[in-house]
Amino acid sequence: MTYIAKPKLHHPHLTCNAIGFTRRDYEGKISTLCAGCGHDSISAAIIHACWELSIEPHRIAKLSGIGCSSKTPDYFLGQSHGFNTVHGRMPSVLTGANLANRKLFYLGVSGDGDSASIGIGQLVHAIRRGVRMVYIVENNGVYGLTKGQFSATADQGSVSKKGARNTDVPLDLVGLAMHLGASFVARSFSGDKHQLIPLIKAAIAHKGTAFIDVVSPCVTFNNHAGSTKSYEYVREHNDAVNPFDYIAPRAPITVDYAPGEVVDVQMHDGSLLRLRKLDTNYDPSDRAAAISYVHTQQLRGEIVTGLLYVDADSHDLHQHLNTVAVPLNTLTAKDLSPGKATLDKINAALR
Amino acid sequence: MQPSDTQDPAYFHKVVDCQWACPAHTPVPEYIRLIAAGRYGDAYMVNWRANVFPGILGRICDRPCEPACRRSRVEVSNGNTPEPVAICRLKRVAADLKDDIRAYLPTPAARKNGKRVACVGAGPASLAVARDLAPLGYAITIFEADAKAGGFMRTQVPRFRLPEEVIDEETGYIFTFNVEFVNNRRIDSMKALLTEGYDAVFVGSGAPRGRDLDIPGRREAAAHIHVGIDWLASVYFGHVSNVGRRVIVLGGGNTAMDCCRSARRLGGEDVKVIVRSGFAQMKASPWEKEDAMHEGIPILNDHVPKSFVHENGRLVGMIFEKIYAEYDVNGRRALIPTGEPEVYFDCDEVLIAVGQENAFPWIERDIGIAFDARSNMPIVNKTTLQASLPKVFFGGDAAFGPKNIITAVAHGHEAALSIDRMLNGEDVTQRPPPLTHVVSQKMGIHEWSYDNNVSLDARSKVPWVDAAKALKSIRLEVELGFNADTAWKEAQRCLNCDVQTVFTDRLCIECDACVDICPMDCLTLAPNADETELRQRLSAQALNTEQSLFVSGALKTQRVMVKDEDVCLHCGLCAERCPTGAWDMQKFLLEMSHAGDGCANTAAKKAAA
Repeated sequence: MTYIAKPKLHHPHLTCNAIGFTRRDYEGKISTLCAGCGHDSISAAIIHACWELSIEPHRIAKLSGIGCSSKTPDYFLGQSHGFNTVHGRMPSVLTGANLANRKLFYLGVSGDGDSASIGIGQLVHAIRRGVRMVYIVENNGVYGLTKGQFSATADQGSVSKKGARNTDVPLDLVGLAMHLGASFVARSFSGDKHQLIPLIKAAIAHKGTAFIDVVSPCVTFNNHAGSTKSYEYVREHNDAVNPFDYIAPRAPITVDYAPGEVVDVQMHDGSLLRLRKLDTNYDPSDRAAAISYVHTQQLRGEIVTGLLYVDADSHDLHQHLNTVAVPLNTLTAKDLSPGKATLDKINAALR
Repeated sequence: MQPSDTQDPAYFHKVVDCQWACPAHTPVPEYIRLIAAGRYGDAYMVNWRANVFPGILGRICDRPCEPACRRSRVEVSNGNTPEPVAICRLKRVAADLKDDIRAYLPTPAARKNGKRVACVGAGPASLAVARDLAPLGYAITIFEADAKAGGFMRTQVPRFRLPEEVIDEETGYIFTFNVEFVNNRRIDSMKALLTEGYDAVFVGSGAPRGRDLDIPGRREAAAHIHVGIDWLASVYFGHVSNVGRRVIVLGGGNTAMDCCRSARRLGGEDVKVIVRSGFAQMKASPWEKEDAMHEGIPILNDHVPKSFVHENGRLVGMIFEKIYAEYDVNGRRALIPTGEPEVYFDCDEVLIAVGQENAFPWIERDIGIAFDARSNMPIVNKTTLQASLPKVFFGGDAAFGPKNIITAVAHGHEAALSIDRMLNGEDVTQRPPPLTHVVSQKMGIHEWSYDNNVSLDARSKVPWVDAAKALKSIRLEVELGFNADTAWKEAQRCLNCDVQTVFTDRLCIECDACVDICPMDCLTLAPNADETELRQRLSAQALNTEQSLFVSGALKTQRVMVKDEDVCLHCGLCAERCPTGAWDMQKFLLEMSHAGDGCANTAAKKAAA
């Protein structure tokens, strides 16, 4: 951790986005996490993504639970709405907030303990319901705040800093998310912002549950030989399926590839995901194939990263429930109490 | 790019912009920290070792350090107008607030070494030579035409900018080393001086001749037309104590500013500066122009003097032609008349401050000292300051024409080093490297032995005495200097550029923590490339090619760590966020080797052993 605040001085050529903010305006307080924590890189990626998308900070709500990961919303988007919930309860609070005000972008930030252990029931149902949010799991495979015990996502056979071997079967969060019907599922690595920033941007643009599992090394307890979530191990075993570019709505498409090399996915807001195919015939719209591929590669010790599955024709909870189109706090007494004539009509329909 | 060689003293030296820009390479951030700590005497001595006249320079230095100061590059778009740290004013604080420092001065040599060195002129260059050589045992004799030492600093710089007691004090320190001072003796023959058996002769006689202006009316109205530097000297000696009511000062340099401000104090009510060049192109330092205008002196630019107008031998005015400047492809300036009618200004007195010249009528041309045929200047080696006659050295304005005091001091140090090497039988062209110390500032996980919290304050203004009071006296010092509180506040603006970010590639795990935290976006992990490409590819483009890029060796992923040195705040956050200590903050202290320092004279010492 650091005592001094990050100096307000910035690069003389720091640029503003479309709504007049610099990237520095999207920062939060200085991080109190250990030096070198992967989570700080994820915070930096979120700052980058929101700045590049020119989202007004007041249109974002960031929610989190408990843990190292869940502390991070304090370190980015300092001018946005925020809520720290009870351990593992972020998904239900977020669901409630989303139902009350559908005009905000929801950023759920959680960790492997918060999401894969204490909060797994919450995670499952929020995804099932299709709550529109970006659900980021900052996954380091250990309980950092309690000194490095294995978490539910630690790989079988991986070794703790003290030398103990993990015998439990790991929870595969991306597989789980795909099974539960998340319409945007990705995995990334905190040490690869070139991949992570476009993923976060696409996830924010996505209408539906966007789930991103980010492998984020715990530099204090899980960055040693024998760990499968260290900087070195992840770099060596990173199987990136489809590097892609996020192209904002109406932005000129400058990235040019030969036909057959790219797959375009049109998002609801008019933005475009242009995926570059690598040597595999990976198809991110085929959920069953994606689940199978991720699983096969995991057995080989490879960590598949990139956009694993996307349903461009997704729906969210508001569509399922047919809710009103505006935030609840903008409804007037007249909207809420439409008068006797309307009541009679409703009653008549129920007879 | 090849990995940067931080072992080369020049690499880190260049990062310390102020010290790099200072001709004498004063360790500026080092003494600013000492001032912040209230250790004024120590701050003074850091200065004294490098520039000999901290109290004088703290008032009237040309301050090449300030335009170079990084602060003026990073304050851009911070809401304030970007301004450098008030380095010069802080230097004065060290001089003003120090206790008695005489105990820290070198002791006079116990034994003379038998070598005799003559210095011509008692200006800053000669005094610096004496300062360096006398404590080593050399017998130094300084010849001075005036009664007191100081040269230009004493006789041309007006007292309201530089009080006499400051000059007395700082020239006085040098005479504590048993330097022989022969005053009131003008050297009028180099040939004769050379016969007196000195082992070396240093010429630090300045550029004593003010340029005149030969235009119609000059001779007829001569009684009321003066050459600026001679007039300033007359003011100093008390030969001149008043001036006409309407005064025109011709010229745009610092001497012109001294002339007009002096004239304001000697009864000039309508004083104006009229200059040929544009306002921005004037040679005077921006702050000196401001000071003059602050005292109600208008500056009229783009006016070429055509003639002096006189009636019955009395000056009544001057005629000027308005021009504009045009630059050809080679950047040469041509002054083109605008075609407007000539302009006439009434005046009672004119001061000509259009430049200074060197004059060496006293150096015979047949004694082996080669002169350049065109410039009529001696041929002097730029590094060693040696003339073609090996035992003769030149420094200060006498060497390469009018510059400034801090350059003269730097020349003095270098000439003293040359003399010391020559008289020890060493090659004068071999220069000893500077002395460097690199020490980690780490005290704890996130504690440093320097103050890394960057102040956002704007530059502090120096208080002045009441303008009406100031204009009544030619001796009353105008600037009051910072008090201790303001000095501390201003010192906090310094970015500690000498506390270097030192990178060890084999420790880096490429976690991005430093890249993410850097407030200036000056760090990037990237595949290596040539410099032009790399500069484009960084987190923020590094467009200032005068500043280095630091490039590490290849890391595990074959990428390199690249740092743009241009805008680094030296806040140390990269090192605080580094989990492996690959970044460390290390103080780099560079001191120039002076005569007798460290490894100098090793050959002679070995030969003697």
